[in-house]
Amino acid sequence: MEALIQLLQQNALIPRDEAARLLDLPLEEVNARIAQLEKDGVIIGYQTVINREKWNPDTVTAIIEVKITPERDGGFDRIAQRIAKFDEVKSCYLVSGGYDLLVLVEARTLREVAAFVAEKLSTIGAVQSTGTHFRLKTYKENGVFHHFESAPERLAVS
Amino acid sequence: MSVRIADHVKEIPRSGIRDFFEVVQTMADVVSLGIGEPDFVTPWNIREAAIYSLEKGRTGYTSNLGLPRLRRAIANYVDEFFGVRYDANGEVLVSVGVSEAIDLALRALLNPGDEVIYHEPCYVSYSPSIALAHGVPVAVETRGEDGFVLRAAEIAKKITPRTKVLMLNFPTNPTGATMPVEELEKIAAIARKHDLIVLTDEIYSELTYDGASHSSIAAMPGMRERTVLLHGLSKAFAMTGWRIGFACAPNELIEAMMKIHQYSILCASIMGQEAAIEALERGSSSMLEMKREYELRRNYITRSLNEIGLECAKPKGAFYAFPKISATGLTSREFSLRLLREKRVAVVPGTAFGPSGEGHVRCSYATGLEQIKIAMARISEFCAERGIEQRPAAA
Repeated sequence: MEALIQLLQQNALIPRDEAARLLDLPLEEVNARIAQLEKDGVIIGYQTVINREKWNPDTVTAIIEVKITPERDGGFDRIAQRIAKFDEVKSCYLVSGGYDLLVLVEARTLREVAAFVAEKLSTIGAVQSTGTHFRLKTYKENGVFHHFESAPERLAVS
Repeated sequence: MSVRIADHVKEIPRSGIRDFFEVVQTMADVVSLGIGEPDFVTPWNIREAAIYSLEKGRTGYTSNLGLPRLRRAIANYVDEFFGVRYDANGEVLVSVGVSEAIDLALRALLNPGDEVIYHEPCYVSYSPSIALAHGVPVAVETRGEDGFVLRAAEIAKKITPRTKVLMLNFPTNPTGATMPVEELEKIAAIARKHDLIVLTDEIYSELTYDGASHSSIAAMPGMRERTVLLHGLSKAFAMTGWRIGFACAPNELIEAMMKIHQYSILCASIMGQEAAIEALERGSSSMLEMKREYELRRNYITRSLNEIGLECAKPKGAFYAFPKISATGLTSREFSLRLLREKRVAVVPGTAFGPSGEGHVRCSYATGLEQIKIAMARISEFCAERGIEQRPAAA
């Protein structure tokens, strides 16, 4: 399963027949395993990695550090879920260190992000403070390089 | 005046690979499965360590034996991976690739006329290296039907009073063969009985598949004292161009090898040595990642070749498939040349690795999957045109 998941993580669109050859498994087995992984909720979605410079380059991404007061029942979870449910929030992590939640927000304009922070995030009772950083440039995302490619020179034959 | 080349050099034939690839170089759009080096770039942390060492101005000679820190890293790595302990001070020598270490060991050991047994098909340098050291190369054939395993009984047949050295290379280039431990034990017994020195080139030892683990003859009882364990960073860590190999052996042997090394080479490049420290100490996760990728490609290429109708065992090591091509009615050389001319796919004729490689070609899967796919499609056409019956996998 490990190897199959790694293949799908590299390229979710990998032809099933190719995956079968690589894993040395019958095609039906690969299909069955993927179906099982989907059914078990191990695979919860397939997404596309977009180069933001080439598509909607004006989209604003903000990384927001959020300090919250944990609740007696449920700790950070309830607040984190409440924040994560906003459409603008693309990722939300509980982290160690100087703040508690790391929230990735995407919006069309700076104003929209500002409004989200001021009106939605900061007004939640348990939120003590926020610190917002705007993305200026993406170098690497989900293991994929955006700005520089390593194209090594290799002898055609050796 | 006419240049008079030394007889023992004149007698050495040109490399079959080089010969063949001179043809390749004149052609465009060739998909090459001929390359015996990883298509991966050296992992970044290793490259970064070399950059750091350059920034620090580490650009001088090193100890003839190699940087002490690298020798310690090697001793620890060999202990952990091969299960043999060597002293970093006097039992480890850093060389310019394993090729240099082979040359050093042979020159250190051989008197003119001493015989060296090696197994074929094998890496192209073995027989010439023996001859250049004034030894007599004695080949033992291994066979495809037997998984290219080296049989102790076959070695025994070739032993004479002049036999001094036995050369081993498992996993093997070009066959990808690995050795069953029981057979290796029998070979060790022969070496002990006949007082042979064993040169074991284990450059592909990390690259074993199907969960198989590598066993070194050096770790077998009574063998450490008579074995030169040769290994390097090129294959498993994708560091071919850095040229870092090493030899581990008893002090007397390392001292003798070091004499030759210090007068001919002085030391391996310090940048390469710095990078090698990083690779051995912190390179295992990226190495395993590459190994995982090779295993997938191996699965892909062997299944595809069998479907095309070229019988191909699933090799347990290295990164070569060695399919049988005799069903086409062509010799290895004809097959390779025609495949190249007609379909622009480069493979290496099995005979480049010794006469017993006839009937086979070597396909390296240290090549990106996209290239492998194109190559398989073209080989499929080539074979179909020759009436080879395709065998789609039952599963």
